[in-house]
Amino acid sequence: MFELLGIPPQALFGQLLLGLINGAFYALLSLGLAVIFGLLNVINFIHGAQYMMGAFVAWMLLNWAGIGFWPALLIAPVVVAITGIVIERLLLRRLYHLDHLYGLLLTFGIAIIIEGLFRYRFGSSGQPYDNPLPGGHNLGFMYLPNYRGLVVVASLLICFGTWFVIERTRLGSYLRAATENPTLVRAFGINVPRMITLTYGFGVGLAALAGVMAAPIYQVSPLMGSNLIIVVFAVVVIGGMGSIMGSIVAGFGLGVIEGLTKVFYPEASNTVIFVIMAIVLLIKPAGLFGTPR
Amino acid sequence: MPEAASVDYLEVSGLNAWYGESHVLHGADFSVRRGEVVTLLGRNGAGKTTTLKSIMGIVARRTGTARFEGRELLGLPSDQVARLGIAFCPEERGIFASLDVEENLLLPPKVRDGGMTVDEIYQLFPNLEERRRSQGTKLSGGEQQMLAIGRILRTGATLLLLDEPTEGLAPVIVQKIGQVIRELKARGLTILLVEQNFRFAATVADRHYVMEDGRVIDQFRNDEVETNIDKLHEYLGV
Repeated sequence: MFELLGIPPQALFGQLLLGLINGAFYALLSLGLAVIFGLLNVINFIHGAQYMMGAFVAWMLLNWAGIGFWPALLIAPVVVAITGIVIERLLLRRLYHLDHLYGLLLTFGIAIIIEGLFRYRFGSSGQPYDNPLPGGHNLGFMYLPNYRGLVVVASLLICFGTWFVIERTRLGSYLRAATENPTLVRAFGINVPRMITLTYGFGVGLAALAGVMAAPIYQVSPLMGSNLIIVVFAVVVIGGMGSIMGSIVAGFGLGVIEGLTKVFYPEASNTVIFVIMAIVLLIKPAGLFGTPR
Repeated sequence: MPEAASVDYLEVSGLNAWYGESHVLHGADFSVRRGEVVTLLGRNGAGKTTTLKSIMGIVARRTGTARFEGRELLGLPSDQVARLGIAFCPEERGIFASLDVEENLLLPPKVRDGGMTVDEIYQLFPNLEERRRSQGTKLSGGEQQMLAIGRILRTGATLLLLDEPTEGLAPVIVQKIGQVIRELKARGLTILLVEQNFRFAATVADRHYVMEDGRVIDQFRNDEVETNIDKLHEYLGV
């Protein structure tokens, strides 16, 4: 067996895979935040709770209704997206003309309420969720569990699919134009308020989808979102607020960097993303892919 | 003039509008018949742009009436106004930086049949076709104006609201825009044009209204412009 810088390859590639998996979730979550921030100008602090809700809806479907992982992959995001649409219609909509801070406070408050309700009902210890795709492949230099490989591939497909729709299609051109000048886009005959509602629903659905995919890997617990979302906000800041490509590249890139740090300098693995964030903010305050606004 | 053509296509009366607390229009009255090119002339701040935005539903707080083909527009959100067949070309042109030229051109959805095809628009403005993959805001001012006009021709809208399409453009481009407006009129489109440059307006319009302090204070047929030239100079302060 060869060694790399005194590190056994199993440890190196094992952490690299772990980094890619974390990165897959960072990317999915920061992508949803970017889509929402781009059009709504709202920093969606409920995002972590919506990710958690996705995992819980999948758990409830399985334990209360006997509906398995694969249907839940579709049902849970739709259910959570509908709750998001209700929140947008009833509450968020009233804040668009105000400063960012109001949207942030509202969504932060809602996140605390949702997490509180789930803790009240389910306690803060996690619930297990069975791996829907057991087994794995020995790649020679490492062992790749099937489900984890699937998560990385699925996340990449979803991320680039979203990027393609926004950057390369007619629907995406409506979104980009409405991000720049919603008044004029509306005066061309496009129902911008409905587009905003659906965009929020889509971003929330992405968070819930990430939650369903996370359920078999991490424990399903009311706090799973708030543990993750702080890192995701750092990822968003590094990638550039509202930048689609920025959130994908930064999500995967930082997941890998975090994984590698665990191998080479484990003491820094919890802080490395925040150190990078500080450096990026000093050099490029709008983020790596962001444009100043 | 045939009977149908003399019916008011757009009829505005007693139009008041506010931006927040500031009362900008104080009962504007005018009308446009089908197939006409009509201008709103007046100094800066007379309320011309606000009039277009009020018709379009972009200014939220309005009273009075504005009827298009007999339908009341006040109270409708701007996307529904557009769907009735009215298109707006804003003074600042509103070209989107995150869209290329062709995406800008294809952005406004079709609201009626009978709009121009993309090829026809490119024939009208060959520059746009050459630069179809450029970022919208990388175009020159004149090209951006052509794009701003071109993109509303695809929609099939029958009433065009053009806000100072010649502002800040070179004389040769102004001529081109005049030629385009006459061609659109020949195609049967109705145009309400806001202008400060009445010499340009006189080359394209059938009638002119003069606005001051949020009201219409005078009107002329285009053939009366020369006899009223002193009055016009006084109104417009030129």
